[in-house]
Amino acid sequence: MTNTSSTTPTAALQVRALQKAYGLKPVLRSLDLELSPGQRYVLFGGNGSGKTTFIKCLAGLSRPDEGSIAIAGMDTRRQGAESRRMVGVVTHQPLLYEALTGLENLRFYGRMFGVPNLEERIKTVTAQLDAARFLSARVHTLSHGMKKRISLSRALLHDPALLLLDEPETGLDEEALGLLDRVLETTADRRRTVLMVTHSLERGMAFADQVGVLSGGRIAYQSTTRGLDAAAFRRTYHGLLGAAQ
Amino acid sequence: MNDFLRPILIIAWKDVLLELRTKEVVTSVFMFALLAIITFSFAFEPSPQTLVLVAPGILWVAFTFAGVLGFNRSFALEKENDSLDGLLLCPVSRDVIYFGKLLGIFFFMLVMEAMLLPLFAVLYNLPVLDIKLLLVAALATLGFSGVGTLFSAIAVNTRSREIMLPVLLLPVASPLVIAAVESTRATLDGATWGEIGRWWGLLIAYDMVFLIVSSFVFGSILEE
Amino acid sequence: MASKSTPVATAKSGGILDASNLKTVLLLVSGVLMISDLGNIFLGMPSESVTGNLFLIFYFHVPLAMTSFVAFSVTFVASGMYLWKRDRRWDALGQASAEVGVLLISLVLITGSIWAKPANGVWWTWDPRLTTSLILWLIYVGYLMVRAYTPNPSQSARFASVIGIVGFVDVPIVYFSAVWWRNAIHPNLYIGPLAEPGALDARMLSGFMFSMLTFVMLLAYVLWERTAMRIQEDQIKALRNE
Repeated sequence: MTNTSSTTPTAALQVRALQKAYGLKPVLRSLDLELSPGQRYVLFGGNGSGKTTFIKCLAGLSRPDEGSIAIAGMDTRRQGAESRRMVGVVTHQPLLYEALTGLENLRFYGRMFGVPNLEERIKTVTAQLDAARFLSARVHTLSHGMKKRISLSRALLHDPALLLLDEPETGLDEEALGLLDRVLETTADRRRTVLMVTHSLERGMAFADQVGVLSGGRIAYQSTTRGLDAAAFRRTYHGLLGAAQ
Repeated sequence: MNDFLRPILIIAWKDVLLELRTKEVVTSVFMFALLAIITFSFAFEPSPQTLVLVAPGILWVAFTFAGVLGFNRSFALEKENDSLDGLLLCPVSRDVIYFGKLLGIFFFMLVMEAMLLPLFAVLYNLPVLDIKLLLVAALATLGFSGVGTLFSAIAVNTRSREIMLPVLLLPVASPLVIAAVESTRATLDGATWGEIGRWWGLLIAYDMVFLIVSSFVFGSILEE
Repeated sequence: MASKSTPVATAKSGGILDASNLKTVLLLVSGVLMISDLGNIFLGMPSESVTGNLFLIFYFHVPLAMTSFVAFSVTFVASGMYLWKRDRRWDALGQASAEVGVLLISLVLITGSIWAKPANGVWWTWDPRLTTSLILWLIYVGYLMVRAYTPNPSQSARFASVIGIVGFVDVPIVYFSAVWWRNAIHPNLYIGPLAEPGALDARMLSGFMFSMLTFVMLLAYVLWERTAMRIQEDQIKALRNE
């Protein structure tokens, strides 16, 4: 079972008027987003559009300047620790301790997140991602792809209600991406909300229920994928990218 | 309480595991302190008259500079892995991260001191394994690790991290050095608990104040 | 817009119309006070019984020290406010105050040495006041170094604020450890909460208070100017980034 509250239909994610600047340079200007449980949202955006900044704010790695973020109804400012329990993140960096083994890394994070039946859970998740075979090797000996798989295992270990993926296709080979798709497809995961940030239009559109484009520090365009014309969307996307330059 | 203590222990244990694996911190800190002590012996005439006067200073200067080295290495390791970010993802408050890192570093410093003090006793023929002295050492080390953890987290993000840490740490930690040296010297001279009482008070006050203040501000250092 | 819209004037309260007038008034008042103060010190103050004219340094040295303490208190409060509210104006105030504080403390160390040499025969004594001043100088130079050596501007502000808080809290502890270090020979304090009563006669006291007032006024003016300047720089940069 996922960690969502099954009683009230609270939005899985609610972002209001989010602002974030680096020093004096504004990156996110007034971002609003609402995701319902089980939704799959893919966010596109050019370089420097603030995609990674946005993920960092959602994950608790960055503190927004203004605005609010609520995950499963919990405000990240007032209930920071509890809200982080609901979130799993995969970023560019694997966030693993290089000198420890994959297993030791997963045990550490599992314990920090209070995952019950930890050893069982590690076996299950790593089996799904076909990462079990290199768990006993030290992380610094692994290839980037393998590290990414363990990182993904880390993110899914505590069965988060909200999964954040920052350009997951970088570093994952086709096989691993296929595994990831399969993991996300399993019934339990239909209750899990996924927010993915990516460059890849095809993959994004194939995966998403809803797509958005981040431009000018806001969500400049948003649409469901059902009935969305791929070519038209591509044009819109490139148009917005060009305008932002 | 368990929600608070348990993650602190988990973080500290992870650091101990890392240290057992890499052996980066404790051995280098120990070697540096040992070399410092030996070099100082050449600088000062170790005759019986001067011994009690200079030995405490030598000991604590060696610990201080070795400690600076240790803090730098410990945090540099974290920075390489970007793993401080990983800690930020965990469902724990920021002061838990502070105390977890502090506990690990404090433990390493104690291990280094436990190895070094007997050697020091032999080299200088001084009764340093006195309970009063050991407790003073523990309190001073705690305070030093407390501000050291805070300032290392800052220094590791600056451009000249090797110089930045001592510049920040040593002035702020000067009361600790004074208290440690004075009470060590007094104990070697045969002082009682009461006579070094004010140094106790200072160390305890320092530790309490700085541990509390640091736990509040640590989060703003880690978060973007 | 990432930065809040602010009146193009200052951090302290004051409407757009009054601010620059008030600043000019403050400058004039400080100027007048300074001139009168200098006149008073050199022409009006009695010579002290033991050290004679050298004692006049007292009217600079101690007010400088106390004013620097005021400056560092301002940095302490501004740092705390910045970490709480993340409003860059507080950071501007904290930085301006720390910079002035370092300048003042440097002057304290210099005047302290000038006073010590003829009075005690040495340029430096490790007495608690001078020792604490030295440590204070190091702590806030550290503050400035952190600002200079941190490439990321928001990190730089946060780090410096931490130093501004931790460093300030350290000061009383440093003072007491320095007193006990030199074995509780309490320094000759002429003024302040730990001074002996009657150490100064009435004229000296009033001269001292006047000097204090002058320096604090000057501090207020300089802080206002520098903080306003930094806030304006920030706003220009922000506009350029839009």
